[in-house]
Amino acid sequence: MEPQSELLKINKNEYLAQQKSKLEDALEMGLTKDEYNLICEKINKIPNITELGIFSAMFSEHCSYKSSKKWLKTLPTEASHVIQGPGENAGVIDIGENLAAVFKIESHNHPSFIEPYQGSATGVGGILRDVFTMGARPIALMNALRFGSPDQPLTKHLVSGVVKGIGGYGNCIGIPTVGGETNFDKSYDGNILVNAMAVGLAEKDRIFYSAATGAGNPVIYVGAKTGRDGIHGATMASAEFTENSSEKRPTVQVGDPFTGKLLLEACLELMNTDAVLSIQDMGAAGLTSSSVEMASKGSLGMNLNLDLVPTREDKMTSYEIMLSESQERMLMILKPGSEEKAKSIFDKWDLDFANIGEVTNTGRLILTKHGFEACNLPLEPLVEDAPEYNKPFEIKAIKKVLKPSDLKTNLTIIDILKIIFKNPNIASKKWIWEQYDSSVMGDTIFANGDSDASLIKIHGTEKKGSFGKGLAITTDCTPRYVKSDPIIGGMQAVCEAARNIAASGAIPLAITNNLNFGNPDKKNVMGEIVGSIKGISEAASYLSTPIVSGNVSLYNETNGKSILPTPVIGMVGAIDEVENSLKISAEPDNVLIALGQSENFKAGWVGCSIYQEIINKKYDGAPPPINLENEKKVIEIILKLNEQKLLTAAHDISDGGLLTTVCEMLFKYNLGLDINLPGNLINCDSNDPLLQSWCFGEDQARIIIATKHIKKVQLILKENNIDFFVLGQTNSSSNLNLKDITTISINDIKKLNEKTIPLMMGDQQQG
Amino acid sequence: MRSGVVIFPGSNCDRDMIVAIRKITGKTPIKIWYKEYDIPNLDLIVIPGGFTFGDYLRCGALAARSPVITSIKNHISRGGTVLGVCNGFQILIEAKILPGSLIRNKKLLFTCRETTLEVQSCIENPFLSGLKIGECLKIPVAHNEGNYFAPEDLLKQLKEEGRIALKYIKQNVNEKNYNPNGSTEDIAGILSKNGKVLGMMPHPERAINCLHGGTDGLKFLTNCVEQIIG
Repeated sequence: MEPQSELLKINKNEYLAQQKSKLEDALEMGLTKDEYNLICEKINKIPNITELGIFSAMFSEHCSYKSSKKWLKTLPTEASHVIQGPGENAGVIDIGENLAAVFKIESHNHPSFIEPYQGSATGVGGILRDVFTMGARPIALMNALRFGSPDQPLTKHLVSGVVKGIGGYGNCIGIPTVGGETNFDKSYDGNILVNAMAVGLAEKDRIFYSAATGAGNPVIYVGAKTGRDGIHGATMASAEFTENSSEKRPTVQVGDPFTGKLLLEACLELMNTDAVLSIQDMGAAGLTSSSVEMASKGSLGMNLNLDLVPTREDKMTSYEIMLSESQERMLMILKPGSEEKAKSIFDKWDLDFANIGEVTNTGRLILTKHGFEACNLPLEPLVEDAPEYNKPFEIKAIKKVLKPSDLKTNLTIIDILKIIFKNPNIASKKWIWEQYDSSVMGDTIFANGDSDASLIKIHGTEKKGSFGKGLAITTDCTPRYVKSDPIIGGMQAVCEAARNIAASGAIPLAITNNLNFGNPDKKNVMGEIVGSIKGISEAASYLSTPIVSGNVSLYNETNGKSILPTPVIGMVGAIDEVENSLKISAEPDNVLIALGQSENFKAGWVGCSIYQEIINKKYDGAPPPINLENEKKVIEIILKLNEQKLLTAAHDISDGGLLTTVCEMLFKYNLGLDINLPGNLINCDSNDPLLQSWCFGEDQARIIIATKHIKKVQLILKENNIDFFVLGQTNSSSNLNLKDITTISINDIKKLNEKTIPLMMGDQQQG
Repeated sequence: MRSGVVIFPGSNCDRDMIVAIRKITGKTPIKIWYKEYDIPNLDLIVIPGGFTFGDYLRCGALAARSPVITSIKNHISRGGTVLGVCNGFQILIEAKILPGSLIRNKKLLFTCRETTLEVQSCIENPFLSGLKIGECLKIPVAHNEGNYFAPEDLLKQLKEEGRIALKYIKQNVNEKNYNPNGSTEDIAGILSKNGKVLGMMPHPERAINCLHGGTDGLKFLTNCVEQIIG
């Protein structure tokens, strides 16, 4: 090999990248002193800058899950319908008829705060690649968004940018964005959450994995060229925000949905041949994590010639090439001899295709640049020796149970309903959803709140007399419950998701989760992580909805202030005949019945409710308890009733309680209802705390159904020992009457519901 | 009926359109790759929606300069029928096959929602002739640049020649946002001089079964097919 002085002449920066690192370099890259010493010891040398960069990316929280791994291992991940659990690009479940649903949720929080359009767009692009890397055609996108207080000046800018970014990518690539949740809370003022979920469809026996195979096999780089964007993004995503975070803009990746579309089509076309042995997308930590993970999963090694990597800019160094997070790139191992056939497919789609190296059996990652060895690392320490911390934690839970009588108010039921629908957390998100193409691909049945879960028909499963199978998808989390009691909050997120799937008529099957928290070095934050994982585990085991994929996002803090703990649950369910799926809107002359609510239910749970926030201007007290047995019962009975085609609509009771849910069911057809009340509430005043708690309490395990077959339904409910309460029959009056207490105009409330978000966004014309 | 669907690298409604046409005719339309100069004789060519080349430049501008456009122009000069939907409409305009322009939606936001269209009184054409004048169709839109703009003299000409085919209309007198993009005179679709080319922003292929919330798109396309095969 030439002397290093030659390298200095060719590329000075590459020369610098190949020099020995110092402790200061490690600290700058986000590693600790102990971690640096561990690295030197494990590899038996002082790493050069490129090697250190590779270690820092692999050891980042984003890639190594070092703070959460210990607890993630406790999540239930198995069931007979699970084909692939966590650890691959996405989770895979069996949905029958030789088909598999492939899905995952992932956060792009930090980049989206810095640059909302590109941050969210690349979040969508990244999660789509995770899904089609597995050989699945993406069929639906969802998202879970959390923004700061609506009156904070930056919020409008962030909402507008994030929504445009999500739409910009999804609309262009042509995958429908079918739903999700958008919430606001001041804890997200300096640190928004953008979690994107993608669901794809594959043949069960045509799933592709990432483990490299066969020493000597070619390593192929495809897709967009590598640029200097997003260098060390995974490390940025693993650090707390400070006031100077906007200076990090150069570490935000830039998305190109058109290239994303080309890559999607080219990969799926190639996967239809027998050329691909393994494949991995270049997501966080780019070429570093893809090469390291592929080689290590296959217990092999990899030699790469970085001069062959297609680059967008001149004189990129090995450090930059390995740490770039340029989008729309993939790494594949091909069957030897199939390179030409593969290249012709990528030529057709005008994408780069480069043979950049080969699989080895050395167990090492060896990289060359300009003929010099830029990196020579054993793979084992990169993957196996990533630290796993057992950080101290304290699970704090509020046990104090608030009684309705603790909340005194002069506000009437109508006042409260109006305040609820003026709250952007409850109000219709139509203004946002209309910016997403929800109907492309022609298979969308229910999107954007038309049903409790979004429903997608599975193309090609049509049968005589049926439109075929469908997938139901939802994302859920109630962060204020998690804050008050992490275990209950974790359980509630799973239960609400399962209830939403069931209320759409589908069977809940499996979960992908996105655990968004603050700084794990703080005991209480670590307690939120541990507690909610415990809650999620318990509920997911009980409901047989294992976790098959997911993502952890920590350090969501700004200047030491943490976000509300937000463990988002993305759940997928399946329905055999998609035409049997249920919407939330009741029809005229339906009887509404609250399932899971007994005749004796006389006072609602007010602690931690939206109602409590309205009265007390804060959330405190214990959140509503979770009874898993009741949750399962209500899910099973609704599926049973729907199987017998006895239901018109269903809507689960969550934020804002029973009356809010009833209003939402009446909106679409401007219906009215004379609502029944339990005996003790009939002669109450409109500001009676007990009556208000009945209307707005947030007790769990309840779903309101709408039916035309009241007798049959009642019989089945009684036979199955289900608690239920008949609320009344819908009529065309557009008035919701609470006996002699109050009359609510559904039209008025509906208008508020639709105007809230446009008003907030300064769009006066809407509505 | 022999039909073909043009496919650009960024087309994304091609499959939906193929499904819709197959549902009506029982025959799968041929796929026409954008690099093709030679296409067989067809009764109908459809340019579906999508983002042809990402549409980072004006929508359809690059697509209008690709080889397939020459073949489409030849097809038209032979009296052939062409339907352009959404991005397909944008391409027809960029290729100067249809006049006017499609600019950003008035609110500068992408919009995906149902619209109500009214069939206009226009020259004889194979798309609407079986439908009644004034008939309403509920068909969704999904676009960012669907705001049809025509200067006054062009507008006058289009009216005189009976080339305004479809308009967005109110479902009730109080409806404010019935026009999803702010287009001139609520125009949703226009015809070529000979009536054989229709460009429209709404997506008929997205309203072809009851689970879509309506079947007016199917009605529209079925009528189209019936008119063409006579």
